[in-house]
Amino acid sequence: MLKINNLHVKLEEEDKQILNGLSLEVPAGQVHAIMGPNGSGKSTLSYVLSGRDGYEVTEGGATLDGRDLLAMEPEERAAAGLFLAFQYPVEIPGVGNMTFLRTAVNAQRKARGEEELSSGEFLKLVRAKAKDLQIDADMLKRPVNVGFSGGEKKRNEILQMAMLEPRMCIMDETDSGLDVDAMRLVADGVNALRSADRSFLVITHYQRLLNHIQPDVVHILSNGRIIKTGGPELALQVEEEGYGDILSEAG
Amino acid sequence: MSQVAVQTKDATPQQSVGAPKPADALQARLDALTLPKGGFTAAARADALVRLRGMGLPGPRDEYWRYTDPRPFNAAQPQPIPIAAKSPDSPLFTDLDRLVLIFVDGVFDAAASDDLSLAGLEIGTLAQADMQPDHWARGLYGTLETAGQKPVSRPFAALNTAAARDGVLIRVTGKPAKPVHILHRRASESADVIWHHVIRVEEGAELTLLETGMVGARSNGVLEVDLAKGAKLHHITAKRAGHQKLGISHLFARVEAEAQLKSFALSVNGTLMRHEGVIEIVGDDAVAHIAAAVLGDGDKGPFHHDDTVFITHAAENCESRQVFKKVLKNGAEGVFQGKILVKQGAQKTDGYQISQALLLDERSQFLAKPELEIYADDVKCSHGSTTGALDETALFYLRSRGVPKDRAIVFLVLSFLADALEEIEDEVLRGQINDRLEAWLTRRANSQ
Ligand SMILES: Nc1ncnc2c1ncn2[C@@H]1O[C@H](COP(=O)(O)OP(=O)(O)OP(=O)(O)O)[C@@H](O)[C@H]1O
Ligand SMILES: [Mg+2]
Repeated sequence: MLKINNLHVKLEEEDKQILNGLSLEVPAGQVHAIMGPNGSGKSTLSYVLSGRDGYEVTEGGATLDGRDLLAMEPEERAAAGLFLAFQYPVEIPGVGNMTFLRTAVNAQRKARGEEELSSGEFLKLVRAKAKDLQIDADMLKRPVNVGFSGGEKKRNEILQMAMLEPRMCIMDETDSGLDVDAMRLVADGVNALRSADRSFLVITHYQRLLNHIQPDVVHILSNGRIIKTGGPELALQVEEEGYGDILSEAG
Repeated sequence: MSQVAVQTKDATPQQSVGAPKPADALQARLDALTLPKGGFTAAARADALVRLRGMGLPGPRDEYWRYTDPRPFNAAQPQPIPIAAKSPDSPLFTDLDRLVLIFVDGVFDAAASDDLSLAGLEIGTLAQADMQPDHWARGLYGTLETAGQKPVSRPFAALNTAAARDGVLIRVTGKPAKPVHILHRRASESADVIWHHVIRVEEGAELTLLETGMVGARSNGVLEVDLAKGAKLHHITAKRAGHQKLGISHLFARVEAEAQLKSFALSVNGTLMRHEGVIEIVGDDAVAHIAAAVLGDGDKGPFHHDDTVFITHAAENCESRQVFKKVLKNGAEGVFQGKILVKQGAQKTDGYQISQALLLDERSQFLAKPELEIYADDVKCSHGSTTGALDETALFYLRSRGVPKDRAIVFLVLSFLADALEEIEDEVLRGQINDRLEAWLTRRANSQ
């Protein structure tokens, strides 16, 4: 589904290289986790894949279902099935959560040549999904993420994901800032979405989330490259020993 | 070139040098108008003319006109502007129950308007009433305008009092069941419209006043508002303007104890627009809010929009808010001059002023001159002004959810304007203004 090949990325404005030949492949139906020290380039990878400005790809590339991701506008990537749950979800005062979400859902449907949802259909759907994530109706009425607690923002990201039904979900530290119960809710939300033609790339610092969302593969990212790939046991190793040995092993 | 005169805070405008002589220019300006003699307004009109001759027309060196070129307002006649066959916007407020007064080129059209009777208010028109020597508005017409000439003179307001042809006179004595809606229409391509409204809201009474439509090739409007104790006025103006339109308007308000004034203006298009608000809070525990949302796109010709506000606190425990938001693109220019004056003894004043511009490109600009002048020691006053571009992070966030770029920008512009729209208390009215804004933004999303 998602193929990243020898990706080199630098900042557009500065002479700073962040990704240094990153390669990675997530087949359909799988969950991959990325762990790695602060500043290793995890968020940068997620931004470059979803099309944020400010980065320059100097070498390599990335495809989603064989389509060149990097050639598309962010909204085209979304319509193609890519979704990023932000590490820091953005507040947008004055724009209602519902209006925003409905516009997004229908814009994607339109881009894919599907019928748009009526406001009745949309409401029914969003209410049901919000209930599963224990997001109350009042929160839906408020402006996007404004006045939401850290955990509420993260749950709102998962609500968006559930509504948009992307094929490739990237989650950037969705677990940070969540209490134990919220983590469970989010994991249940993600597990409910797991299917044979949907994949996940879960960026996290902690093994705990991976107890709830069982990964097929765990990658360790350091200094802009994948330095080690393994099974779920790799996450346990990081949890217990930190990155020290893995980093020195990789040289 | 001669040296530029030293700028002073002097009340008298400095005369500009160069031809034609200011007095000649003023005479030419007056000659182009038909000055009504007036019935009950006769004395006020005569006085206004004398005052106007004393002030003269503003020149480029006037401190008060430093950011806005007064010459198109000084010109004897406006350039004609073709009358658009049909507006792309559906008319505002038409689905609400309201009392509609229609003005065509600034002149009341009784046949097209609703019947002027509504429980809780007394309503008339200036031209009609002015055939009488006496009227309840006699002590008010031109009075607030005159008071508002200090400390800064506003020649076009004096010109208005002298020359206004028509307008509405409303005395509110109760709580009328529906709003009064003044709807302007154009008929002549070169109409130079001067309208003058007087609104008196009696003790404890309330009114919602709506103003929409298109006014003239050039317009000069004055709205005098006198709020008695505990009176309330909600004023929403959303006039439409063609791209070449010239407009100047003044709101003069006197707010007595416990009264509330809430005025909101939506302004789109126009080549040169200046709106002045002069509000004097004279009784304790009163509230005055004045807000505007301005959208300017320079792609069809120059766009310059100036909001100039002067709020005086002369009583205790009063609250004032100024919320001005301008969205500018394609070389559009925005100006905000706003002042809060807290007089001695006006303790516990809560004064707030914010002016912000969202520049959609680097060619557009915003000039702001916020001022505070405080002579009381126990007050809370703040002012702020910002100029910024679209928030790239928010734009990316929206687009990453599949919202197309154009649509995402519309969302962010509406987000930027939200604080100003919040000043409209009524949800239905606010919703309609929001829809109008959204339609304009969507239509112009692709201009560059
Ligand atoms: N716009 C930017 N300007 C300057 N430096 C940047 C920018 N974006 C990323 N960087 C730098 O690139 C490196 C990678 O950052 P990134 O946010 O991708 O790390 P991360 O792995 O997500 O870290 P964390 O675990 O703390 O979230 C860091 O050194 C960061 O400071
Ligand atoms: Mg990060």
